Amino acid sequence: MKTEEIHQTLTARLGDAIGALHAETIDPWIEVQATAIVDVTRACKEDPALRFDFLSSLCGVDAGDSMFVVYHLYSYALRHSTVLKVKVPKDTPVTRSVTGVWRGADWFEREAYDLFGVRFEGHPDLRRILLPDDWEGHPLRKEYVFPSHYGGIDNTRDYNI
Amino acid sequence: MSLYNELPATFVTTNVDKLMNWGRASSLWYLLFGLACCGIELMQTGGPRADLDRFGSVPRATPRQSDLMIVAGTVTLKMASRVKLLYDQMPHPKYVISMGSCANCGGLFDKGYSVLRGVDKVIPVDLYVPGCPPRPEALTEGILEIQDKIHRERYLIRNS
Repeated sequence: MKTEEIHQTLTARLGDAIGALHAETIDPWIEVQATAIVDVTRACKEDPALRFDFLSSLCGVDAGDSMFVVYHLYSYALRHSTVLKVKVPKDTPVTRSVTGVWRGADWFEREAYDLFGVRFEGHPDLRRILLPDDWEGHPLRKEYVFPSHYGGIDNTRDYNI
Repeated sequence: MSLYNELPATFVTTNVDKLMNWGRASSLWYLLFGLACCGIELMQTGGPRADLDRFGSVPRATPRQSDLMIVAGTVTLKMASRVKLLYDQMPHPKYVISMGSCANCGGLFDKGYSVLRGVDKVIPVDLYVPGCPPRPEALTEGILEIQDKIHRERYLIRNS
């Protein structure tokens, strides 16, 4: 199924929760309202015409003035894929967790929280996954300043010897 | 009359330091510590082609039994405290080889936010082996250099 048809199917089912289709990119994507992401992903999984049984990846994107959470979906049953994007404000990046839909979203969302600071409401265990627990900041955000010290270690090095 | 000529052929005269150093240098057990791709070369060095075992160096899986720590690979800031802990758990006398560019100075990943710029920020290093990664021959040379260093030490005097 093409992304256009997926977009039509979802719009027919959920109406306003589904935003515009961006078909001009190599990987066409569908914008989704942050508040409706759980309903949309559940529809994607359970609709017999869509049957997206696999969440390939979930990641964050810092687009400068706003942030996105990107969902790559794949259907092993029907051999088609699509991309959903949720736009979240940069100062309060909050969206809903889809762990109830795909259990595998757990660590993806922890990673997005760790590196971008996106908070997923309803996540069972939202804490850092890659960086140490006492790390400050979220490193893949544009405004992140690289630390010169960590845990009493001076991490500066003069290469002009 | 020299002492040397008086002894039967089954005896060797030496001093205690040399005997101890000979023993220490010939049983340089290293801690298995592969952190990144250098770890693969470390395994190769222990393997049959480079065969570090012929110098008495065998890998140990615990710091308590190790004399030498070969830091093979990129040390992240998260790993740095673990490196320090493992080093502290090793019994004296202990030696450290920093293997490869990453462990030496941060190397390729120097610009990363999470990478320690050289393992010498957290533990004292005896020998740096350059390379990305160093070949097994280079690491073998490093082991031989550490053996030379041990042979030069006056261990009893240092600790008296």
